[in-house]
Amino acid sequence: MALTSEEVLHIARLARIAVTDADVQRFTAQLSGILEHFAALTAVDTEGIEPTAHPLPLSNVMRADLVGPSLTQAEALANAPLTENGYVRVRAVLE
Amino acid sequence: MSELWRLTAHEAHEKLRAKEISSVELTQSVLGRMAEVEPKVHAYITTTPEVALQQAKEADAKYASGTATPLTGIPVAVKDLIVTKGTRTTAGSKILENFIPPYDSHVYEQLRKAGAVMVGKANMDEFAMGSSTEHSAYGPTHNPWNLDLVPGGSSGGSAAAVAAGECLVSLGSDTGGSIRQPAALCGVVGLDPTYGRVSRFGIVAFGSSLDQVGPIGRDVEDVATMLQCIGGHDPRDSTSNPAPMPDMRHYLGRDIKGMKVGVPREYFISGMEPGVKARIDEALKTLESLGAEVDTSLSLPSTEHALAVYYLIAPSEASANLARYDGVKYGFSDRSGPTMWDNMEQTRAQGFGNEVKRRIMLGTYALSAGYYDAFYLKAQKVRTVINNEFAAAFAKYDVIVTPTSPTVAFPIGAKVDDPYAMYLNDVYTLPASVAGLPSISLPCGFSEGLPVGLQIIGNFFDEGRVLQVASAFEGAGGWRNLVATL
Repeated sequence: MALTSEEVLHIARLARIAVTDADVQRFTAQLSGILEHFAALTAVDTEGIEPTAHPLPLSNVMRADLVGPSLTQAEALANAPLTENGYVRVRAVLE
Repeated sequence: MSELWRLTAHEAHEKLRAKEISSVELTQSVLGRMAEVEPKVHAYITTTPEVALQQAKEADAKYASGTATPLTGIPVAVKDLIVTKGTRTTAGSKILENFIPPYDSHVYEQLRKAGAVMVGKANMDEFAMGSSTEHSAYGPTHNPWNLDLVPGGSSGGSAAAVAAGECLVSLGSDTGGSIRQPAALCGVVGLDPTYGRVSRFGIVAFGSSLDQVGPIGRDVEDVATMLQCIGGHDPRDSTSNPAPMPDMRHYLGRDIKGMKVGVPREYFISGMEPGVKARIDEALKTLESLGAEVDTSLSLPSTEHALAVYYLIAPSEASANLARYDGVKYGFSDRSGPTMWDNMEQTRAQGFGNEVKRRIMLGTYALSAGYYDAFYLKAQKVRTVINNEFAAAFAKYDVIVTPTSPTVAFPIGAKVDDPYAMYLNDVYTLPASVAGLPSISLPCGFSEGLPVGLQIIGNFFDEGRVLQVASAFEGAGGWRNLVATL
């Protein structure tokens, strides 16, 4: 299961991680090697087997919709790199 | 009394209750030990001596007023992915270098209610991704038994701190072996509770269907006491088990006559060191001599697939969980590029280390269109197969016993550039993680002067039986309260 460097570039783009040419080269080799080992899974017979998303048979855990203590605006923004008028600030989304 | 840091938590509690020592004295002893050995071991990312001494004073007041409980005044290390209000929490990553949490995790709240004393935030592989603590952005932790070797990981700081006497007990987290494997490599006791036993509220997320917080200590009793403190229902984690917490101490010091112990033959593979195999064989004999019925004919045929299942599911979940690190709301931020997207891509490129990037990319790939069925869905189905094999085994056996790790501690640098070789360290801990089962590692002797760990796996929410077997073995084996000479 060899990945191409184009595929690795595409994945990095999807994951929003900037990569250098050296990164692409390294990750292509390493990820290809790992995926090769994982190919053995295809040999396991899973006909009629349901997937497990979660080890416990819990579903739809409900609670009352009550107002509880929460962070103040100042606390919520205290770790933000850049804020303005009570908002977090980012650079232009559209060019 | 000197060297108070050598005490286990329950020994220290007895002395505190008898007013032989104060928590301030005990805490100062641990802080002194940290000053002496921390430059060699590097078990901590952040030490918190002021917090510790303040909490120790409060603990002494509790002893004075008769409101102390078993962990009151006990110096504890907290893995640095457990958020602590006002104390920096990095998860071992540069991307959270300056993150000061505005709230407490459930487990830290529980420790505080009990009056425990936090002496520092323990080192770890970045975002708990690793088996050696070398993937920490803050430098590796060194194994207290031999400083040239790794302590295991990802909770390597939590395990090394306990083994070096830099705390009495600690909290780690386990996703695929991250408590048990470093506990084994450092000669201490580490428990990964049943998935859902301990609230994940306030734990920096890695693989949400696998992550679980658990204790590390120098004996089984301390680990049971810690689990009692942190376990139980928390409505803030929807996967937290609503059942009441049983009394874990009830299971300590009991006999195990007639207990049915299954030993799966698939765990005795070619990669296991002879010294590890010898200690495990002796441990099985010890269990037999205690009256347990040890059956080595158990087969769990899909054991070998747990590694692939885990390393597809955990990175997939991580790729979603780590999407939150965008340099906008908190954490490291690179604003040099002209657009928001440039900023995010540069923030993540500079903020994450290589192992984290590899896993995010692996998960992104496994979840991407065209590969989802072949990788992620297939892994989830094989996860069911593994679960079913364990369920069939627990219809017949009370516990399953295996080695914790195929090797003793290995040299720093030996595997850091070979991701798959690093993943193989978890080959014995991954199956129970995939199934969400409780499991403990405790020392069962030494090979080449280095500790070997025995793993005991129990059925869902049967930590009691796991602790019962561990406690009986510890009593017979004599490997208890090990502190490395430094």
